[in-house]
Amino acid sequence: MVGSGPPAVPGTDGPPTGHPGTRRSKIGVLALQGAFREHIRMLTGLGADAGEVRTPGELDGLDGLVIPGGESTTIGLLMEKGGLLTPLREFVEARPVFGTCAGLIMLARSTVDGEQPLLQVMDVTVRRNAFGRQTRSFEAPVDLALIPGVQETFPGIFIRAPWVERTGPDVEVIARCDGRIVGVRQDRVIGVAFHPELGDDTRLHAYFLGLVTAGAVRPPVRR
Amino acid sequence: MRVEGTLRVKTGLAEMLKGGVIMDVTSVGQARIAEEAGACAVMALERVPADIRKEGGVARMADPEKIVEIQEAVSIPVMAKARIGHFVEAQILEALEVDYIDESEVLTPADEAHHINKWKFKVPFVCGATGLGEALRRINEGAAMIRTKGEAGTGNVVEAVRHMRAIMDQIHALSAMDEDELFRAAKDYQAPYELVAWVAGHGTLPVVNFSAGGIATPADAALMMQLGADGVFVGSGIFKSGDPAARARAIVEATTHFRDPGVLARVSRGLGEAMPGLEIGAMRPEELIQHRGW
Repeated sequence: MVGSGPPAVPGTDGPPTGHPGTRRSKIGVLALQGAFREHIRMLTGLGADAGEVRTPGELDGLDGLVIPGGESTTIGLLMEKGGLLTPLREFVEARPVFGTCAGLIMLARSTVDGEQPLLQVMDVTVRRNAFGRQTRSFEAPVDLALIPGVQETFPGIFIRAPWVERTGPDVEVIARCDGRIVGVRQDRVIGVAFHPELGDDTRLHAYFLGLVTAGAVRPPVRR
Repeated sequence: MRVEGTLRVKTGLAEMLKGGVIMDVTSVGQARIAEEAGACAVMALERVPADIRKEGGVARMADPEKIVEIQEAVSIPVMAKARIGHFVEAQILEALEVDYIDESEVLTPADEAHHINKWKFKVPFVCGATGLGEALRRINEGAAMIRTKGEAGTGNVVEAVRHMRAIMDQIHALSAMDEDELFRAAKDYQAPYELVAWVAGHGTLPVVNFSAGGIATPADAALMMQLGADGVFVGSGIFKSGDPAARARAIVEATTHFRDPGVLARVSRGLGEAMPGLEIGAMRPEELIQHRGW
């Protein structure tokens, strides 16, 4: 008998539930490396039309993008080689983006520990592997502040996780754990240091989809 | 309320490695080449499997000095191998804070009946398997990640294919069984009924499944991904080839774009000599290391 049983597969049950009369949000999940399938499962469970993105062309027609956890050096190199850095920066200008763990690192302006390709679209500085190596990976409640004045708790899963060391004036802190900044928002871009996609609490993904439907600003159509 | 070493963070790190390439390295220089090529993790070891095969003798856990040097040189996860059943090597690797332990048949087994009780550790383990029963026995012992055994150090992908095909076929067969049949399947697979029933219900292993053992080219890596691997380990295939840096980069790209023949054709060009391969059929049974472990 397995001690804690096999890990649960999150966010899989139930048919997609788009509102009648509205188009389902089309969300891309960057699938260069890492835990992209878990995000797709969770977003699909929330009614979105979610698919994998590996090439610049696959960004066309998307309403929002998720950058998943994985190894940020690997993801950065593959972005560079695949000619994705510029298209992704342009995408972030106009559409909501949600990064988790390595995704947060990719969104940051800089890291404390050196050079690697980054999108540099959020005015934050991130420390990689800030909580330590794998034996220090942990689960702990996160203090979440998505709505001004409302404090929530969210189950945090931290795996060789980064934290945010510096935030610019336009950046709002949305999550803290052990006194560290582990979640930030800048306009339509959100980044968290932990892994909501590995659990079964869908609030952060639902919040992101809310940004997609409410705040999406369409760029002017060029003809 | 902070809990370290939970099953979720152990299996979670493997989830983060998916779609990536884990490379065997024996020095700081090789570890840097691997990281710069886009490896999602490195496996620190004393000798690559091809050399273990050639030189013979007892193969053990790597020198902790070397592991620490490699940990200091790269920012990606560092894994290391312990001998099957050698729980003290595992204790030492945990004290060194390696990110994953591979309880590996590539090293000389230390116990011919028992694998390590992996539930006792905070550090996660990956274990090799040749089929579903073996994979589930390892998961039952606490493995948080599985890889095919293949036939390490041969540069011949045929055994990795055999093992991946076997695991996938067996999962498909389980999914079609009714409850009565599942009790029998659990007996046949020598695995706990609860795990067998879980796999039947979900149509997948409960942990990430990589491919290892004989991958030498970008095409080999993409083949294993198309067969259902979540990612690949490359052992001797990179640093026993003519141009390790170029080959490492190519295998990383091939693993990401494994369904895109155009990318595979582009990255496969001009890589120089692949590692010399061995014909499995021409090897004596005692030369095969996939039969180590039980």
